Amino acid sequence: MSDTQTPEPKLYAAREPVFPRRVSGKFRTLKWWIMAITLGIYYLTPWIRWDRGPSLPDQAVLVDMANRRFFMFWIEIWPHEFYFIAGLLIMAGLGLFLFTSALGRVWCGYACPQTVWTDLFILVERWVEGDRNKRVKLWNAKWDARKIRLRMTKWILWFLIAIATGGAWVFYFTDAPTLLVDLVTFSAHPIAYTTIGIMALFTFVFGGFMREQVCIYMCPWPRIQAAMMDEDTLVVGYRSWRGEPRGKHRKGANADQLGDCIDCMACVNVCPVGIDIREGQQLACITCALCIDACDDVMDKIGKPRGLIDYMAFTDEQREREGNTPKSVWKHVFRPRTILYTALWSLVGVILLVALFIRSDIDMTVSPVRNPVYVTMSDGTIRNAYDLRLRNKHGEERPFHITVKGDPTLRVQLEGSIYEVVNVPADTMKIQRVYVMAPPGSDAAKSERTEFRFWIEDTSNGDRASTDTVFNGTGK
Amino acid sequence: MSTDKNKNPGDPETTGHSWDGIEEFNNPLPRWWLWTFYLTIIWGIGYSIAYPAWPLLKEATPGLLGFSTRANVAADIQRFDDMNAPVEAKLIVAELTEIPSNPELMNYSVNAGKAVFQTWCAQCHGSGAAGVQGAGYPNLLDDDWLWGGTIEDIHLTVSHGIRNEQDPDARYSEMPKFGEILEAEEIDQVVHYVRQISNQEADATLAAAGETVFLDNCASCHMEDGTGDRYQGAPNLTDAVWLYGGEVDTLTETVTNSRYGVMPNWTGRLSEADIRAVSTYVHSLGGGE
Repeated sequence: MSDTQTPEPKLYAAREPVFPRRVSGKFRTLKWWIMAITLGIYYLTPWIRWDRGPSLPDQAVLVDMANRRFFMFWIEIWPHEFYFIAGLLIMAGLGLFLFTSALGRVWCGYACPQTVWTDLFILVERWVEGDRNKRVKLWNAKWDARKIRLRMTKWILWFLIAIATGGAWVFYFTDAPTLLVDLVTFSAHPIAYTTIGIMALFTFVFGGFMREQVCIYMCPWPRIQAAMMDEDTLVVGYRSWRGEPRGKHRKGANADQLGDCIDCMACVNVCPVGIDIREGQQLACITCALCIDACDDVMDKIGKPRGLIDYMAFTDEQREREGNTPKSVWKHVFRPRTILYTALWSLVGVILLVALFIRSDIDMTVSPVRNPVYVTMSDGTIRNAYDLRLRNKHGEERPFHITVKGDPTLRVQLEGSIYEVVNVPADTMKIQRVYVMAPPGSDAAKSERTEFRFWIEDTSNGDRASTDTVFNGTGK
Repeated sequence: MSTDKNKNPGDPETTGHSWDGIEEFNNPLPRWWLWTFYLTIIWGIGYSIAYPAWPLLKEATPGLLGFSTRANVAADIQRFDDMNAPVEAKLIVAELTEIPSNPELMNYSVNAGKAVFQTWCAQCHGSGAAGVQGAGYPNLLDDDWLWGGTIEDIHLTVSHGIRNEQDPDARYSEMPKFGEILEAEEIDQVVHYVRQISNQEADATLAAAGETVFLDNCASCHMEDGTGDRYQGAPNLTDAVWLYGGEVDTLTETVTNSRYGVMPNWTGRLSEADIRAVSTYVHSLGGGE
């Protein structure tokens, strides 16, 4: 500790309020569309119907926790097929890597729920309280009747959005029309109300008050993203070689010595995270590109070319500064890193698709009962037991015929039945104990291990599935 | 004093702290984060008042909400007992032979019976119900039964036990100690005869002599053909299943000193519903008759 002169620094800082100004332009339009599409998907998906027959739910997208099924249009995922979900998550991860390495924090700026809902909340805020200047004035105003009225209106609207957000969430987990009726008649399960309450609370607080604090202090993703960006990644930047020295353009002695930036603060005023992009790329920037729209607007007005603030790569900044033409967008986007991510993403996607199309509608898992390994019957027959988990993914009951192949002396007997056919109810996994018997003195009875194969056949349509397993004999 | 030669434009202020020339940027924590920290403290105080928290000499402070995991478990057990009560009421009045054809009773019996078996029966018969080969704990998976393998037979055995002096209804198999009756030579002969009728390797001369010994001494219980008698608990000696073992030495020991395996009675210790459930479960293991 060599320094005692400077005053002790503050350990904590209050949040600087941000009042983003309204802006229009191509990126703002794009963001409106993305907001409409993503919110539309989120709120409306649970209401899409999909006919699956009488014994299965008719909701197109349904996470049925109670019955352990995940329905997505024509796809039904069982618990043992969870690798499909894992695969989708891996694809989502690789997709994020791809987009981040090509376009920086494009996910943060356009599609992240935090950004989309914050945008929606700011829209409401602007509608109720007015644009930036009015909101700054209101912030500083005394708490009179008008301020209370405006704040209450805004908060109630936010709260309604928050309730709708939490409400839409629970519809993904049970039949939406039934649950809606239950919810409004106050007969739904307390868990539904609790979930809505928690989701609504977080939507309200995160969208209304936390906003950029979530991105800067709470989200781990921005910390990871830096590892995926390089000098070719397209991010929002400021052409300082063109803009500096900045200053108001007045008619005067040194007007021609100033750069294109007129220091109008438009880029700062529209920024939803409250930063100055002219200081360069920085931790808080979510690359939402609203500053590009704002600056282009100003450049048009003062008759300068657009693009003082623009999507650009670090290498271009240097090239342009030296007077060279920048690389094309495609050369930035197509490079080994992005091609690798695309290849990995596609690979996982193809594997999932293949797995999806080769899976059958009937299926089994064989668990040999090894306590004890075999049983000697009174006539010397050696008997092994197996628990077969028979899965019928059809919407109706199916007959499963169970046979063994591999050793002609082996016989099959079903526990509790004199038949070799067992009916498995619709969309159900049934555990059936099956005995396999080797006659006294046969090879299978005397050898230690005999490999064989269980076959199941749906006798109504001939679908088959098989699993290899082992018969244990006495070994003597 | 800190120098600014290592700083880039746009870097945050430093705290002014410097250790061996290494300076520290001043990135103050948001104040709301400090509030969340205080909130957790307030939450913690509230929690420790509402829930059991502070350890005392004998037990923890009970908490105002009266929360107790022990009481919760008791309530859960009671809840399941209440849920099972209707099916148990049906089970104890049902005909034992009718249980397997009644899906509701069968499903309940097999699942409840498995739990009963694992708790009370597995100590001797093993968790897989395979008994202990050669030690006199019968294998319940095979189709060879000393006292019968119908649900009714199994129910009787479970209810009253075997050679159990505490229960007047318990069944006894009273094989004499033939070491006190027969000569060693005769025992040797009858052992080889038993091995012969059970299709095992045997000395033909001894076995031929043993047939007479068998008919004179053993056939009254084990029958003339050696197939046994379930009313007396006399095992079938012609099949491939042995309770203690079919080797010469083991058979000689069995004939000489006899075997007196015991099983406790479960009436009074288990409910009638549990006894019926476990009987049905044992019957379902692949050897039931």
